[in-house]
Amino acid sequence: MASAEDDLIIAEHVDAGYPGKTILHDVSFTVKRGEVFVMLGGSGCGKSTMMKHLIGLNPVLAGRLVVAGREWTWANRREILAKIGVMYQSGALFGSMSVLENVLLPLEEFTKLKRKEREEKARRLLGLVGLADSADLMPGDLSGGMKKRAAIARAMALEPEILFLDEPSAGLDPLTSNALDDLILDLRKREGMTFVIVTHELPSIFKIADRCVMFDRARHAMVAEGSPQDLRDSCEDMFVREFFARGEVK
Amino acid sequence: MAGMFQKVGEYAHGGMAAVRDALAFTGETACAFASLVVRPRSLRLKDAALAFQRAGCEGLPIATLIGFLLGLILAFESAASLRQFGVEIYVADLIAIGLFRELGPLVTAIILAGRSGSAFAAEIGTMTVNEELDALTTMNLDPVKFLVLPRMLAAILAMPLLTIAAEIAGLAGGMLVLQMMDVPAVAYWTHVADASGVFTISLGLGKSALFGLLVGLVGCSAGMHTRKTADGVGVAATSAVVGGIIAIAVADGLLAVACYMLGV
Ligand SMILES: Nc1ncnc2c1ncn2[C@@H]1O[C@H](COP(=O)(O)OP(=O)(O)O)[C@@H](O)[C@H]1O
Ligand SMILES: [Mg+2]
Repeated sequence: MASAEDDLIIAEHVDAGYPGKTILHDVSFTVKRGEVFVMLGGSGCGKSTMMKHLIGLNPVLAGRLVVAGREWTWANRREILAKIGVMYQSGALFGSMSVLENVLLPLEEFTKLKRKEREEKARRLLGLVGLADSADLMPGDLSGGMKKRAAIARAMALEPEILFLDEPSAGLDPLTSNALDDLILDLRKREGMTFVIVTHELPSIFKIADRCVMFDRARHAMVAEGSPQDLRDSCEDMFVREFFARGEVK
Repeated sequence: MAGMFQKVGEYAHGGMAAVRDALAFTGETACAFASLVVRPRSLRLKDAALAFQRAGCEGLPIATLIGFLLGLILAFESAASLRQFGVEIYVADLIAIGLFRELGPLVTAIILAGRSGSAFAAEIGTMTVNEELDALTTMNLDPVKFLVLPRMLAAILAMPLLTIAAEIAGLAGGMLVLQMMDVPAVAYWTHVADASGVFTISLGLGKSALFGLLVGLVGCSAGMHTRKTADGVGVAATSAVVGGIIAIAVADGLLAVACYMLGV
């Protein structure tokens, strides 16, 4: 059933890190269309680093990377970027624009929608993430969780095939975090969107993740891959079992 | 001993990297300018207007004040000597030539480097630290086109404006001094007009636009290369001012030599 065409993301023997500094050795995984794929690991283990490779901000140190069905090369850059949306760990909203303007920006730059349609769409997106009443605030006036939600709305504006979320629920209250999980599942069901998510929240992982990979900072490597249930019940690696048992990384 | 060689090597390596960054950035900016010529509507006009207001309009008071003081001081200092020969009216020529050819653009450019070069670096630097530049990149938007071009354009257009303001104020300052020495205003302005001329003035304004380009380039480059450390933005702002002033001084020196050789 699963064909190569369904593999939206392929990482093959990737060394992740920065020039002269390898953070993760020999990472391989694939993400299929419509999957919610979660990257786990203690802080500083290289989750954000791996994500920056996937979204093309930094070149991989070794290995091969395919995203949205295309090899990550300079020539394919625009095509790949057109198919992905990114929420950064800090939100990375444009500080000189209001929340609404942040969401409007991609619509202005890349769609032919009329002014009113753009604004309607932006407000609807903000409504989806529960920020309908904060549209006119400046990013500086938002809490950390609100910034992240606004950033998710911005990342969704162009209806990307793949949405990358770096710790979306860190700093959110349980209710909002739960609503966010529902939103992710809903988008996957309705739009067939694929998600690559960095998160630590165990309940959320069990609720949304189809598959996860786990990195270990001490070993500089990917130490497990599978569904959260499999990893909890039958992973041989102590480190991984402990994480799922205790809900945290020591 | 080996440590010393290593230090020298590291400095040289660091310096080369900085030069390489600057060249790469200049190239990128040139490309962006070229694509702007092809598609002028892709300019973020609103950002450019805002940057122009900050760099140009809001800089007018200080440019005017410094220009006025410059004219006043030049007049006082030179009048004392020229008066011994009874030719204090030539203060007018000195001020006109000095301001239009050299001091007007130079002093205004230094003001711009301090006011706006640093502001460009701090604004873009803060965005770099906040991952806003990364966000632009992954949204398929070119940070150079988006952030650098509007500011560069603003600096290039603001400089002649500020320079003219400083020059007019400087001439007024000189006139004030000569009036105190009982030189009639008509004589003063006649000398100013004779000494300057369209060519001199436009040479100065061209120079000032070039200085604006340099200040914008160095400021934005410093912002784009901000390191993500606690003092990153501060370092970027400092290097924007220092680098901007050095770039202005070097360019001015080269232009002076070129003008001398061309006999203009
Ligand atoms: N720009 C950088 N240059 C060099 N090393 C970095 C850089 N950014 C992060 N690192 C290092 O990479 C490691 C992984 O960081 P990161 O991927 O951000 O961790 P996390 O898994 O918490 O997201 C950390 O040890 C960090 O010090
Ligand atoms: Mg991280």
